[in-house]
Amino acid sequence: MKILVCVTSVPDTTTKIAFTDNNTKLNKAGVTFITGPYDDYALARAVELKEKTGASVTVLNVGEADSEPVIRKCLAIGADDAIRVNAEPTDAYFVAEQIAAIAKENNYDLILMGRESIDYNGGQVHGIVGEMLGLPSISPVMQLDIDGDTAKITREIEGGKEQLEAKLPLVLGCQEPIAEWKIPNMRGIMTARTKPLKVVEPAGTDKLTTVASYELPAPRGAVKMIPADQAETLIQLLRTEAKVI
Amino acid sequence: MSVLIFAEVDEGKLKKSSQEAIFYGAKVAEQTGTTATAIIVGEASDTELASAGRFGATKVLHAADSKLAEPNGMAYASVVAAAAQQEGANVIVLAKSSLADAMTARLAGKLKAALAANVVELPDLSNGFRVKSSIYTGKAFAYNDLKADVKILAIKKNTITPEESEATAPVEAFTPALNDKDFAIAVKGSEKASGDVLLPEADVVVSAGRGLKGPENWGIVEDLANALHAATACSKPVSDLDWRPHAEHVGQTGLKISPNLYIACGISGAIQHLAGVNSSKVIVVINKDPEAPFFKSADYGIVGDVFDVLPRLTKAVKAL
Ligand SMILES: Cc1cc2nc3c(=O)[nH]c(=O)nc-3n(C[C@H](O)[C@H](O)[C@H](O)COP(=O)(O)OP(=O)(O)OC[C@H]3O[C@@H](n4cnc5c(N)ncnc54)[C@H](O)[C@@H]3O)c2cc1C
Ligand SMILES: Cc1cc2nc3c(=O)[nH]c(=O)nc-3n(C[C@H](O)[C@H](O)[C@H](O)COP(=O)(O)OP(=O)(O)OC[C@H]3O[C@@H](n4cnc5c(N)ncnc54)[C@H](O)[C@@H]3O)c2cc1C
Repeated sequence: MKILVCVTSVPDTTTKIAFTDNNTKLNKAGVTFITGPYDDYALARAVELKEKTGASVTVLNVGEADSEPVIRKCLAIGADDAIRVNAEPTDAYFVAEQIAAIAKENNYDLILMGRESIDYNGGQVHGIVGEMLGLPSISPVMQLDIDGDTAKITREIEGGKEQLEAKLPLVLGCQEPIAEWKIPNMRGIMTARTKPLKVVEPAGTDKLTTVASYELPAPRGAVKMIPADQAETLIQLLRTEAKVI
Repeated sequence: MSVLIFAEVDEGKLKKSSQEAIFYGAKVAEQTGTTATAIIVGEASDTELASAGRFGATKVLHAADSKLAEPNGMAYASVVAAAAQQEGANVIVLAKSSLADAMTARLAGKLKAALAANVVELPDLSNGFRVKSSIYTGKAFAYNDLKADVKILAIKKNTITPEESEATAPVEAFTPALNDKDFAIAVKGSEKASGDVLLPEADVVVSAGRGLKGPENWGIVEDLANALHAATACSKPVSDLDWRPHAEHVGQTGLKISPNLYIACGISGAIQHLAGVNSSKVIVVINKDPEAPFFKSADYGIVGDVFDVLPRLTKAVKAL
């Protein structure tokens, strides 16, 4: 079985977001970049499947050279090889085109992604790739088991979950608890250095969206503290002052 | 040129988020001097269908093929794409939901459309087609220029407050050819809480964290939620520990919600938790530790013990 895992290089979840250049660029000073947390779940499940069934795991990132540390970490966690499409990933359709182009060349049985990126939060790339390849796409996937050429899947829906079955190949957007996040060990880090990381130039050039500028949310006003022994007044304030109940 | 809105019916009722989407779509139609058509897929009563008119749709398309009775992102996307072609729609509006998420991407792929997710305002048409969207999990906004002929806008809850009129919309049956490939995923079963207020749809959310000490103590959270007609939510460790179902987990790696009121009980306010809830209009924090970081992101705070404060709040709500 051949598995492709698509990963993003994104600011650490504790990052205080700030912009520069007249609010047109992310201020990367002091920002640590990590693998998207949902992508990490996808990778962890792929590595588990590899350990169980001997699948091969390829990691793919559409990004510039500064995403290579994240790609190396994925190799250290257990992916066999990696591909980086050398382009600024600034549009979901564009990113999907790149992933679809690589997938067409290599016939993967499973294309695993995160449920959504944590920078743009689009939750779209898996669906667009599915459409481009004529394959079913399912997200968010909480559980994945492979039985021959059939995938048994639990998907989260509003207020619950559903059990699904579909034949491979498939495109899936993953989230917890599909697998436990994996931390690379020393041996993994050593071998990752020599695993192949191929850099390819982008196919197509369609960018259907561009960002004109960014903005930070307005800060919340000061908190109004209510003494615990007068807790009931909160309900009055929510009704008469905040008008939300 | 026209605007097409995908509207969802759940448990027989037009979803609240869909009412918002229809009203939003009608406003965009107004801005662009065209009309707004709503499409509803699956079972729906005549009254519910026609009610789309109350929020501004001038026509409703109804795709009622029995194969479409169960939500299916791929098949529904094909139906909406066919409707967009029939209507010559160049703007498609959906309210974010688990079904809509599955559809928007497939639709964008089919129509080669420019897609904006988590839209929070009406578009600015003064110079092209610009929409504001929430990014970095609620920590920032982007102004996106959408450059394709067809634009898809997935709107976040509380983007617009719908106004209702007495209008009803004429309903037309819509019967596009269905493609077997769209039915490749077999649904084997599902578990869904029914009757409860759905968390992504809820105007008021009562949420609790590890401060509740154990799943056996959730009664006080549910009592307050029931009194407020609110949905319940939880922090990540609470769902990791299986104290509560995963569908209730909010934050960076869970649901992102934007209710009118979010009440956080015994939650410390880690940045990853805030990411999922900070676009709530009003935030109340109840925590026994005055240093809990959540107070810095709250509108109202009570330093106190949840086991004492929550039952008293419930009583006060019931007395309103
Ligand atoms: C500073 C900065 C600026 C950016 N600017 C833009 C911008 O202007 N517009 C914009 O749309 N995006 C931008 N991105 C990139 C963004 O993260 C995505 O790569 C891409 O835009 C898709 O976003 P999405 O939210 O739709 O992805 P989603 O659909 O939410 O992603 C779902 C899954 O698809 C896969 N995936 C997504 N992106 C990639 C990728 N690049 N490589 C490999 N797999 C991927 C992952 O598995 C991910 O979990 C920027 C990122 C950064 C850090
Ligand atoms: C990559 C990543 C992603 C993450 N994603 C998420 C996410 O999506 N959602 C999320 O929630 N977390 C997420 N986390 C975890 C997050 O960092 C915190 O660990 C978590 O939010 C803490 O949950 P909590 O507030 O319930 O528990 P704690 O931090 O243990 O806080 C419990 C609070 O309860 C208070 N308390 C205790 N007893 C009482 C009482 N009797 N009355 C009143 N107050 C009391 C305490 O003072 C304390 O502030 C993520 C972490 C990482 C690294």
